[in-house]
Amino acid sequence: MNKGMHPLLMIGLVAAVTLCGRVLPTWTLSLATIAAANALIALGIVVLARTGNVSFGQGLFFAAGGYSVALIANTWGLTDAVAQVIIGAACGGLLGLVIGPLIARYSGIFFGMLTLALSMVFYGALVKSAALGGSDGFNVGRPTLFGLSFADPREADFMLYAVAVITTGFAGIAATILFRSEFGLASLAVRENNLRVEYLGLSANRIISINFVIAAIFAGASGAFALMAQRHIDPQFAYWTTSGEFVFVAVLAGNQSVAAVFVASMALELVRSFSNLYLPNTWQLVLGVFLLGVILFLPRGIGSLWVRGKRGHVKSAIATEKEAIS
Amino acid sequence: MNPVLSVHGLNKRFGAVIAADALTLDIPAGQKVSLIGANGAGKTTFVNMVTGYLRPDSGSIALDGLDIGGRSPRKVARLGISRSFQIPQLFVELTAAENLTVAVSGAGTKALSFHSPAHATEIHDKAVELLGRFGLADLAERPISELAGGVRKLVDIAMALVRRPKLLLLDEPTSGVSAEEKFATMDRVIHAVLPDAATIVFVEHDMDIVSRYADRVIAFYQGRILADGEPNHVLKDREVRLYVTGGAK
Repeated sequence: MNKGMHPLLMIGLVAAVTLCGRVLPTWTLSLATIAAANALIALGIVVLARTGNVSFGQGLFFAAGGYSVALIANTWGLTDAVAQVIIGAACGGLLGLVIGPLIARYSGIFFGMLTLALSMVFYGALVKSAALGGSDGFNVGRPTLFGLSFADPREADFMLYAVAVITTGFAGIAATILFRSEFGLASLAVRENNLRVEYLGLSANRIISINFVIAAIFAGASGAFALMAQRHIDPQFAYWTTSGEFVFVAVLAGNQSVAAVFVASMALELVRSFSNLYLPNTWQLVLGVFLLGVILFLPRGIGSLWVRGKRGHVKSAIATEKEAIS
Repeated sequence: MNPVLSVHGLNKRFGAVIAADALTLDIPAGQKVSLIGANGAGKTTFVNMVTGYLRPDSGSIALDGLDIGGRSPRKVARLGISRSFQIPQLFVELTAAENLTVAVSGAGTKALSFHSPAHATEIHDKAVELLGRFGLADLAERPISELAGGVRKLVDIAMALVRRPKLLLLDEPTSGVSAEEKFATMDRVIHAVLPDAATIVFVEHDMDIVSRYADRVIAFYQGRILADGEPNHVLKDREVRLYVTGGAK
C-alpha cells in the first residue's frame, strides 16, 4: 500500500467515474450510489482493522448518521445533499468520539462483541421509540443540491450518484494518504504488538480511538447516503445483519488496497442484483457461493489481484542469520 | 548529583512468591551494571517494575531524582528509560526499517503526522542508520518474520535506543545466540549502544559476558540482593557461587 497511485491521479479517476454517470443506464446509477455508500463504511472498517480490531457494529454509526440527517431534514427542512452528508459524518464522528476511547482498551473478540452489542442496544431503542416511527421508521423528502431541486428522476439519481462518488472518492484518497503516513504505520504496529507500541512512548489506545472515530465518520456519512437513496429510514439501519454486510465488503476487499473496497462493494451489489433478478428464490445461495469463491481463491481479498504482497518473498531464517553475522 | 536510577524499599509479591524483597539500590550515570540470578530470582520483575509494567506493592523508584513509581510504560519511556526484551517484541509483519520508523516517528516531539509519509527520507535515514550501527543495514527492507532470532534481538535493542534513553535496560541481550557468537554479538551491542545510552543495566546468565562487560554486578536471590559490587568481587562471593553461579569461576 506504500507505492500506490499519486493523489492527483486519484482525483482524476474520481472525476472520470463521476462523469461516467452521465452515460450509465439509470438502473446502474442507484446501484452505484448504494455501492459507493457501502464502500465508504467498509473503508472505515478497513481503517479500523489496520489496528487489529474489527467492528461488527458499524450499523450504530450508520443509523446515527441516517437518523440525525432525517430528523434535521424533517424538522428544519434542511434537504441539501452536501449538508446532509456533513451532518451524517459529524454525528457519526461525535458518537465515535464518545464510544471510541471507552472500548479502545478491549481487543479481538471482546472489541467486536462490544461494538455489536452497542449497535443492538441502539436498534432496540429505535424499535421502541414511537417518536421515531418505531420499527416502521419514517420517510424524508427528496434531497436538493445548492438550492436546486431535481424533478427529473434521472437527474436526481445522477446528482446523488455524483455526490456519493465524489465523497467516497475523497475519503479513499484521504485513507490512502493516512495509510502511508506515520500514523498509518503506527496503526499497523498496534495490530502487531500494542505492548511494544506503549514501550516506545506511544499510546496504543489513542491510536485505536482515532481510527475508530475515522471509521465512525465514514459510517455516519454512509448512513446519510443510504437515507437519501431510499428516502426512508428504519431501525434496520442499526441491525446486526446490516453491520455484517459491511464487514463482508471489507473482507471481500482485503486490506491491501483502498480501490479494492470500491470494487468489492460494486461486485457485491452486482452479484446481489443479478442473482435476485434471475434466481429470485435462491439468490442468497449465489451470493454465498460468490463469497466462498473469493475467500477460497483470494484469501487476502480482491485487492490481492493487483497488489503484490511485498512481504511475499520468504527467505530461510538460517540464511538471514548467516548474512547478519558475516 | 542524583544517581540516574534510585530504588528504595521495593517490594513485590505474587501470591506466596516474593519477587522483590525490600530492594534498595542506586545506579550512577555511566555505569554498565549486570543483573545476575537464577530463574525466578526477581531480575525481570525488577526490570518490569522500573519500566512501569508492574506496579510495586511498596517502595519508590526515582529517575534523576524524579519519582516515577506507578507511571505507565509509556510515560516511563518518555521520561528516559527504555528496554529491550528477552523475547524480542517487534512488529513481525513490518520490515526492520519500518519497525525502527515507528520508533523514530514516535520519539519526535510532535504528534504522529496523519499526512507526511512514514517513509520520508529523514525518518527512514535515521532508522537505517540505527540498523547500520548493529550491522543490519542490508536487512532493513526485510520483514521481521523472515529474520532469525539473533537478528530480531538486535532490532529489538535498536528500537530501545531510539529515544536516547538516560537508562537502558537489556533483558538477556545474548540469550538465543550461539556460544561462539556471544562475544561478537555483545561487542556489537555495546559498540552500537554507547553513543546513545551511557548507563546500561543488562540481565545476563553468561558469567563470561558479565565479567567482561560489566563495571558492576548485582546478584539476585529470591527477590533480595545477595551481593553488589565489582564483577571479580561479586562472582567470587561464596553465597553467589552457592546460589547463583553454581560454582562458576
